[in-house]
Order: sequence, then C-alpha cells, then structure tokens
Amino acid sequence: MTNPSPAGATAKSLGFPRNAWYAAAWDHEVTAKSILARSIAGRSLALYRTESGRPVALADACWHRLAPLSMGKLVGADEVQCPYHGLRYNSAGRCTFMPAQQTINPSAVVRSYPIEQRHRFVWVWTGDPMHADPALIPDMFQMDSPEWAGDGRTIAVDTDYTLVLDNLMDLTHEEFVHSSSIGQDELSESDFTVTHDDRTVTVTRWMLDIDPPPFWRKNMRDKFPDFEGRVDRWQIIEFQAPSTIRIDVGVAKAGTGAPEGDRSQGVNGFVMNTITPETDRSAHYFWAFMRDYRLESQLITTQLREAVHGVFGEDEAMLAAQQRGIDAHPDHEFYNLNIDAGGMWMRRLIQRMIDAEQLAATVVR
Amino acid sequence: MTGNQITWQRGIVTASTRAADGIARIVVQAEHGVREAPGSHVDVRIGPDAVRSYSIVETDGASVTLGVRLSPTSRGGSAFMHALTPGAAIDITAPLQDFPLRIGARRYVLLAGGIGITAIAGMARTLARLGADYTLVYVGRTRAAMAFLPELTALHGGRLRLHVDDEGTGLDVAALIADADPESELYMCGPIRLMDAVRRGWLAAQLPLPNLRYETFGNSGWFDTEEFTVRVPRLGIETTVRTGDSLLEALERAGAEVMSDCRKGECGLCTVGIVDLHGALDHRDVFFSDAQKARAHMLCACVSRVVRDRADACPGVLTLDLP
Repeated sequence: MTNPSPAGATAKSLGFPRNAWYAAAWDHEVTAKSILARSIAGRSLALYRTESGRPVALADACWHRLAPLSMGKLVGADEVQCPYHGLRYNSAGRCTFMPAQQTINPSAVVRSYPIEQRHRFVWVWTGDPMHADPALIPDMFQMDSPEWAGDGRTIAVDTDYTLVLDNLMDLTHEEFVHSSSIGQDELSESDFTVTHDDRTVTVTRWMLDIDPPPFWRKNMRDKFPDFEGRVDRWQIIEFQAPSTIRIDVGVAKAGTGAPEGDRSQGVNGFVMNTITPETDRSAHYFWAFMRDYRLESQLITTQLREAVHGVFGEDEAMLAAQQRGIDAHPDHEFYNLNIDAGGMWMRRLIQRMIDAEQLAATVVR
Repeated sequence: MTGNQITWQRGIVTASTRAADGIARIVVQAEHGVREAPGSHVDVRIGPDAVRSYSIVETDGASVTLGVRLSPTSRGGSAFMHALTPGAAIDITAPLQDFPLRIGARRYVLLAGGIGITAIAGMARTLARLGADYTLVYVGRTRAAMAFLPELTALHGGRLRLHVDDEGTGLDVAALIADADPESELYMCGPIRLMDAVRRGWLAAQLPLPNLRYETFGNSGWFDTEEFTVRVPRLGIETTVRTGDSLLEALERAGAEVMSDCRKGECGLCTVGIVDLHGALDHRDVFFSDAQKARAHMLCACVSRVVRDRADACPGVLTLDLP
C-alpha cells in the first residue's frame, strides 16, 4: 500500500485491524473455574482455561440458537456446555455432545480463536487465523522480566481506542492534565524527535537540568534517600502497531550521563499500555507501571500503581470530555499540530494495516 | 459460529468446460465478488422453489469455480448446471460455510471420494499455502472420472495420494486409519459407503470423534437408486418415488407436510416413522447411528430410499406414519 493521504486523523473512528493480537485479559482473569465473557474488537468471546491450564477463546454464541456459552459451565477436561440445550464444545470449538440424538451434526462448530499467554496477558487474534503468528505479539517483556517489578490495572474506556493512543503519543498534555504529579513547564518547552519503521513509532523527549516534579522526586528518594536537586528527565514513547505503547520514563541526577546512556544515578520506569478495541467507541485499556529499582518492595509497587491510577483517572476524565466534544460536533475533522507527529504516524500505521487487510480480502485466497 | 448469512446475488457463467467424464468445471462471476473460506459452498437457484449446493473449488475474488457431476438420477440440479453456457445468468448465494477447516491442527488427512474433491480441494490448497502437515487422499473409480487431476498433482506433489479402483489401487481404509493419531484431523467428502467405512474405523481405533469432519450431499447410497412406492395410510397417500425424486419431494408433491431443513441427511428434522417395509432400506443420512439404522424404525426422508427385495425382486414399498 502507498501512504494513505491525508493521514486519517479524522474525528471519526479509524476502525481497527482484525489481523492483530489484542490483549483480551490479564492472565489471572482467565481461569478453569468460570467462563469470562469479553468483547474484543467487536467479537464476543468466551474465555476460559482447560484443566491443563491452556487458555481458550471460543465465539460466545452456541452454533444452535446463539445462546452465550459464557453463561454455561465448564465440563470435562476442556469443554463448555451451552446453558440452553446442553450442547457441548471442546477447546477447538467442535461440538462433542448433542441432546436427543446419537450422532453429532457434522457442521456443528463454534469459532475458536488463536490465543496466547505472554507478558501477563492473554492475547487473542481476531482476524484470519492463517496469519496468527505469535511472533507478532507486542513486545512487553518488562511485564514478567526478573529485572523489573510492578503492577497495573484495566480501565474501561468509553471512547474510540485511538483517542487513548493519541493521549499516550503526546505527553505535552501532562503539563496541563497532570499538573500536580508529573506535569511541568519544560514538557511543552522542550524539543522532541519522532522516528518510525513499518511497525513502530518512537517519540523521544529529553528535559535537561530541571527540577523534578513531585512524582519523580518521590521515586528518586525511594532509591536515593538523601536526594536533593535537579535532574535530567526523559520520555521515550514507543508505539507498536496497532495499539501497544511502552513509555520509557525516568529521571537521573542532572549531568550524570543519562542522555549518553548511563542511567545508574537515576530511576527508570516503563509505562506499559496496550489498548484493545471493544467496539467502535469503547476499549479495554490495560496498563502497568514497571520499575528497575527496589524490586523487592511491594510497598513501592503498590504506591506506584495507585499513583499512576490517580494520574490515569485524570486522562480518563479528559478522554470522556473529548468524546462528548466529538459527539457534539460530528462533522468536524481534527486539527493537527506539531505535537501530533507521533500520533499521526501511529494513525498512518494503523490505516496501513486496515488497508492491507481490505486488499487481501479481494485477492485470490 | 461461522457467520453464515444467506445473500443472493446475480452470477454470470463465464466458462463451462469438461473437468472429467461427466463432470463440468463451471466458472461463475459473482456480482458482488466473493470472499471464501476453505470448505465453503454456494447455493444455486435451479428453479422457482429449488436450490442446490455446490462446493467452491476455488475463487479469484470475483468468480467461483464449481465442479458439477451430471448425475444419472439427477433431481434436476446437475442437469440444470450442465446445460449452462457462457453468458447465462443464475442466482447464487455468497459463499456459505458449513464445513470449516480449523487452522492449527498438528496433522491433517483430507479424503475425497469422486465429486467430493470439490469440497476438499480448497482445504488442500489452504494447507499447502500454510505449510501444514497434510495428506490429500483422492479416491475414484477410474482416472477419467476424477476431476482436476493435473492441477492437484502440480500443487500437492508427493502429498497427493491417488487411489483408483479400476487400476487396482483402491483405498485401504484400515491403512488410512492406522496412519492417523489422536492429533490428526480428518476431513472427508464422498460417497456414503466410503464415509461410513471411515467413521467405523475411526470409532474402532478410538480416535477422537470431534477430529473427524465431513460433509455429505446425501446423494449416494449403498444401493443404486430405484423407483419405489410410498404409502401413508393415515393421509390416504400412495405415490411413486421416482429415481429423480427424493422421498421427501414425493411426499410433499402428494400433499403431505413434512418438516425438513438441510436436505442432505444431517439435521434429522425430516425423520419419519416406518410402519411397514417391503424391500431394503438404503439409509443415506449421517444423522442416525448405525444401531438406529439397523433397527429400521425411522429414516431421513430427504436422502434415504428403499430398494427392491432381493428374494422376490418386487419393487420396494414403504409405509409411513407421518406425525
């Protein structure tokens, strides 16, 4: 595909690619005890685990009369039983039992979605299963690396998922939305760079020799209890198409070499975000804050999770207000600024994925 | 769910050529284009109230290629299809999927008997493209009656195994089953005798039944198709089931109301109770179990038939009690 032009930053929904791995749930949410109903990229799924612990994603509608399988129960080693007439399906979606007959209709099957567990999430491929390569799962290795510690939560977002991505691709908003925690004047005063390849976009911003905002002063004192003074601060935002963003954030004592790569006199965090479209205008926003210092401290893990939760609550309120603005002005296009460069590349990569799928749908299969 | 939705569209026949003895390769350009998953079929309207299903051998996004065998006992469908010439307009549905191929099995066996290759060829092509571990087994009476042989040989090479009855290389079902293991999925389409033999072998080998997938169009039996008589005393009906009719069609034409849906011996809605029988039952469905078929209390009116008694050679007579 050639570049779509303009880059598609319309206020209307861009839509979402189907041929992608989306985080459907935290690993602990999918169990062998009950069936989790969740809509992922417009598909209603029934999520559960087999007795052996393997996650399963079936279409949440019985082949017979479309009753939700998630209202049924788990039976045997890997089967679900429809709550309505008791038809059973195995983890491949094949019917294994039909009431009142000794055979099974050979076409009785529900769709079984490719599913993988990685980085503390369960990922589901909602598109053509022939392209479901696990190597395409977004890299979020900090989530379960022994070098990192942290935790996160899920936010139910009532907006299009791309608005959340926009929010994360441009952090100048921190100065205004998060003024009491991580915001500071230097955010909108400093330069940034944007680079990209076929699957990723990276926005890099350094703020040198500044006073740390409250959140970062606290983190520095967790690692360096006597810390006082100025810092070099960084934000390196890495988007992985279609909807995962890792943000490498931190501060180091000013002038100790952090921009050149020596972060030993600083604290480093990764804000991990993967946003899964639910419908055209709702999303599951999975996030975590991971750090590389004081790994043993559950206190710090909990404090950071709650602090970031508070910060993200401010974003959530702004996104909801933005969605109201969009709804009230349905014909308006977005105006784009210099600071939107990262978000615009993000949108272009998503548009390319969508275009490629539409092209593939019309060629020889 | 396979997301089936019946949407009719206009199709234009762009080619009709010979694919094998008695088999036409018919290419139909669809008004709205086609997206096809392996194992799909289209329904074709062959008359005011008559619809037939044909598997999609391949698509190019705009056209579907069908393979249609001219049945000597055609109920109208194959004769209609074989009479089509380029330029003819017909009504076809968007592809429908009742025979989905699951991606991700460790090993696949695809078994096609005769015209059943039309349902299997697309699956084989998909598995070839994916680099899956598969074997394509194609069984026929004579090589001249086996469609698409050159294309299949070119695409599948050593993964294609041909079994031709009149060359003495007929399929050994036991050997086929012996090669399968609990992680194999077997997909088959072909005559009922072949599919029954495989199903019995599969059960005997205690392989997982959900891994055995098949599609039947219900038009082949254990015996050659014969004319027979059907009676429904309670409704005062006595009529002849001609070789080109199904029992269901003959009953409907005689004024009986019979519930039915799939018309290929799968769903079990058209099962009727047998009061008396002169002759032998030819169960052509996959709905009843072997034990139920042996009891001969019921049959599927959409596909199953009666043949003459071997001893007295008198034509078959079937007496039914309709609900």
